[in-house]
Amino acid sequence: MLRVEKITQVFGGVTALRDVSFSVAKGEIKGVIGPNGAGKTTLFNIISGIYRQTSGDVFLAEKKITQFTPERLARRGMVRTFQNVELFGNMTVLENVMIGLHTKSRSGILSSALKFPTAIREERRIRQKALECLEFAGITEHAEETADNLPFGKCRLLEIARAMALEPAIILLDEPAAGLNARETADLGQLIERIRATGVTVVLVEHDMELVMDICDSILVLNLGEKLAEGTPLEIQENQKVITAYLGEG
Amino acid sequence: MGTERNVLLKYLLFSAAVLVAPIFFSGGYLLNVLVFVGINTMLALALNLLLGYAGQISLGQAAFFGLGSYISGVATANYGMNPWTALVLAAVVVGVIAFTIGFPILKLKGHYLAMSTLGFGIIIYILFNETIDLTGGPSGLSGIPYFSVGEFQFDSDLKNYFLIWGFALLMILFSVNLVNSRIGRALRAIHDSEVAARVMGVNARLLKVQIFALSAVFSSIAGSLYAHTMTFISPASFGFNFSVELLTMVVIGGLGTVYGSFLGAALLTLLPEFLRTLQDYDIVFYGLLLVLMTMFMPGGLVRIPSLVLPFLAKFKVRRQGNA
Repeated sequence: MLRVEKITQVFGGVTALRDVSFSVAKGEIKGVIGPNGAGKTTLFNIISGIYRQTSGDVFLAEKKITQFTPERLARRGMVRTFQNVELFGNMTVLENVMIGLHTKSRSGILSSALKFPTAIREERRIRQKALECLEFAGITEHAEETADNLPFGKCRLLEIARAMALEPAIILLDEPAAGLNARETADLGQLIERIRATGVTVVLVEHDMELVMDICDSILVLNLGEKLAEGTPLEIQENQKVITAYLGEG
Repeated sequence: MGTERNVLLKYLLFSAAVLVAPIFFSGGYLLNVLVFVGINTMLALALNLLLGYAGQISLGQAAFFGLGSYISGVATANYGMNPWTALVLAAVVVGVIAFTIGFPILKLKGHYLAMSTLGFGIIIYILFNETIDLTGGPSGLSGIPYFSVGEFQFDSDLKNYFLIWGFALLMILFSVNLVNSRIGRALRAIHDSEVAARVMGVNARLLKVQIFALSAVFSSIAGSLYAHTMTFISPASFGFNFSVELLTMVVIGGLGTVYGSFLGAALLTLLPEFLRTLQDYDIVFYGLLLVLMTMFMPGGLVRIPSLVLPFLAKFKVRRQGNA
């Protein structure tokens, strides 16, 4: 589904990523872990088209997507969430999800402003679909609330609901459990499993080891900008290099 | 936002008010002022779509207004073009100009965008002053014909009132529909988080340029209407000061609200008529007004009902409690 080849990212004199390669199979949940500063978020920003890497390539379903803009990637079925939650704060929860359906609709300025019948029908369809996405994430009762007023845990869910509205082929989740309590994290785990069950491939950067070990099919470990290890949760847990990176020399 | 029916009802009420207003101000010089309110409403609305919805500032709106005026004025007064044709020509030319400069300019954000649009405004202003053969320079361009349909000429305040408010109402309807659509939603999304909007597949760069061009076209149409109702234009009306005044209207009326554009335009157009006694000190008053508004009513005039109504409701409850 997703293949990353020899990504290197240099910021000024600092090498944030060096020759990182990995691939994600269709329908898999892939975890990306590593100590702070390992380059996990940088990797996400490159794959999702927000940064331009110094070198290396990214392929989505065998199609080269190196340096595609985020909006172009959205149309190809790749979507992401953000570590610090990037919601549209002044819009309602429902409207946030309706933005997720932007690529699924096409009315332009004129047909919208002149209320062409096609635009009216499309608007109705968008609203209906958005409500289904809220239901999927279990936040229907908040539909008319302003996003800024949501409790933090629900913001995470909303961001995922909004991303799912695109009907993506692959979704990148950047630390979705950060700031969540144990109960909310457990719910999140179930939501991610439900996402996979709909056939969507998931890549997840996460610090919560319990969650990662629990739901991931395979894990990529980064350390200081380099790939340290890759394998199943069990293999990673027993990998000496990984243990050293996290805990230091014994 | 409200439901679809409320939106329509509000629009119909507003249109009705506009239609009956001349009964109360007939013949008076206030009617002439109301014509200006109409023109300024269009201009404030144009800026509000850009600033209030898409979150992109422009300090060069007076330039688009001026370009519309001058293209219309020069084409009719110097080359004998029909005013209606001139209006369309101006709108197309200004739209193309805005679309072209929009791509490089709207890559900038915040202060840099403000500065570059400001620069554009100043360049155009100098152009009006210096191309004397074409525009008459600082002394202005006169002999611009009125609009006419067959034998009927829009040559009185009352006729121009209906002409200008007709256009203003159309623009308001257009805008109300637009901001409540998929496009309006995408604009507000760009305003709140451009990166998230792009990740959701919104082509932020193109949409910003499109709305910038739309804003310019609205301003240009207002400019043509202005030229053909005044029949005389001079560069002084299209300077930097006026761009700032438009910005003030939008902020005072209410950012991101269609009717706020009207309220701001009405207040800032009517107020000077009542502040004549202050003479040159009126600018102090504007400054004070802007400071007080942003401090105590950042949502603008349009929020007054939502501020006052809960207060009244509380008052009522207390009185009942006492009785």
